[in-house]
Amino acid sequence: MEARRESEATPMKNRTTVERTSERELVVTRTFNGPARIVFEAWTRPELFKQWWVPKSMGMFLRSCEMDVRVGGRYRLVFGHDASNSAEFFGRYIEVTPHSRLAWTNDEGGDDGPVTTVTFEEKGGKTLLVLHELYPSKEALDAAGTGAADAMSETFEQLDELLVTLGAPRVM
Amino acid sequence: MVQYLGARLDASFGAISDATRRGVLEQLGRSDASITDLAEKFHMTLTGMKKHVGVLEQAGLVTTEKVGRVRTCKIGPRRLEEETAWIERYRQLWDARFDELDKVVEELKRKEKVDGSKKRK
Repeated sequence: MEARRESEATPMKNRTTVERTSERELVVTRTFNGPARIVFEAWTRPELFKQWWVPKSMGMFLRSCEMDVRVGGRYRLVFGHDASNSAEFFGRYIEVTPHSRLAWTNDEGGDDGPVTTVTFEEKGGKTLLVLHELYPSKEALDAAGTGAADAMSETFEQLDELLVTLGAPRVM
Repeated sequence: MVQYLGARLDASFGAISDATRRGVLEQLGRSDASITDLAEKFHMTLTGMKKHVGVLEQAGLVTTEKVGRVRTCKIGPRRLEEETAWIERYRQLWDARFDELDKVVEELKRKEKVDGSKKRK
């Protein structure tokens, strides 16, 4: 019964897959129910990009989003509610082929940042999107993952503390 | 990836800002439970509980696994192997983004249709 309810709630949902395809590469895939032209537009127009890059469930705030989508053009995303508590992500576009291919660098972390390549392949009105993140070395990818895991356990410790402070949760 | 990390931290704190979700975490800390069990325990609809579990899952605090018709929730992915765990969290981030992108694509398709029929007139 639960299975049926679930499929009713999300009738058109396509699956997102992530795979580590090599020592220094991660690949994300997803199909979208629309032509490549439209999906590409949503990746390259800041006012559209802003609508989906930061899902509401993340509880994050995208303060500014500048994108100069052309080869050599720069982008800059600023997260956070004010200048004292914000995080910036930036880089430049290295490939821009309308409706089929986009690639950019991720420079905020210095030389260890990956190059992100997104391809859009249209078939029967749908678009298969494939996103590659290619790190300069195995170590850089491992560090990105391990760093995230370490920081997560730190977060969990903070969460545990916070849970204690908050006391027993009220159910009703 | 750094971006993904920042997002994860915010998602974790967002996830525990709600009393029901803190209760669910505490409950799952004692034993695994199905969504139906949790919904009953917290006097909620199945849909409501699915949403809460979804937020916790998004934050990487809970994992769910479906066996037959029952979806079982457990404290996770700290219990998973490290790489599997971070790849799964990374997948969830993209999945959430792409759900929003679906909406943008639908909206653009709808607009195009309207504009197209205007032009034909």
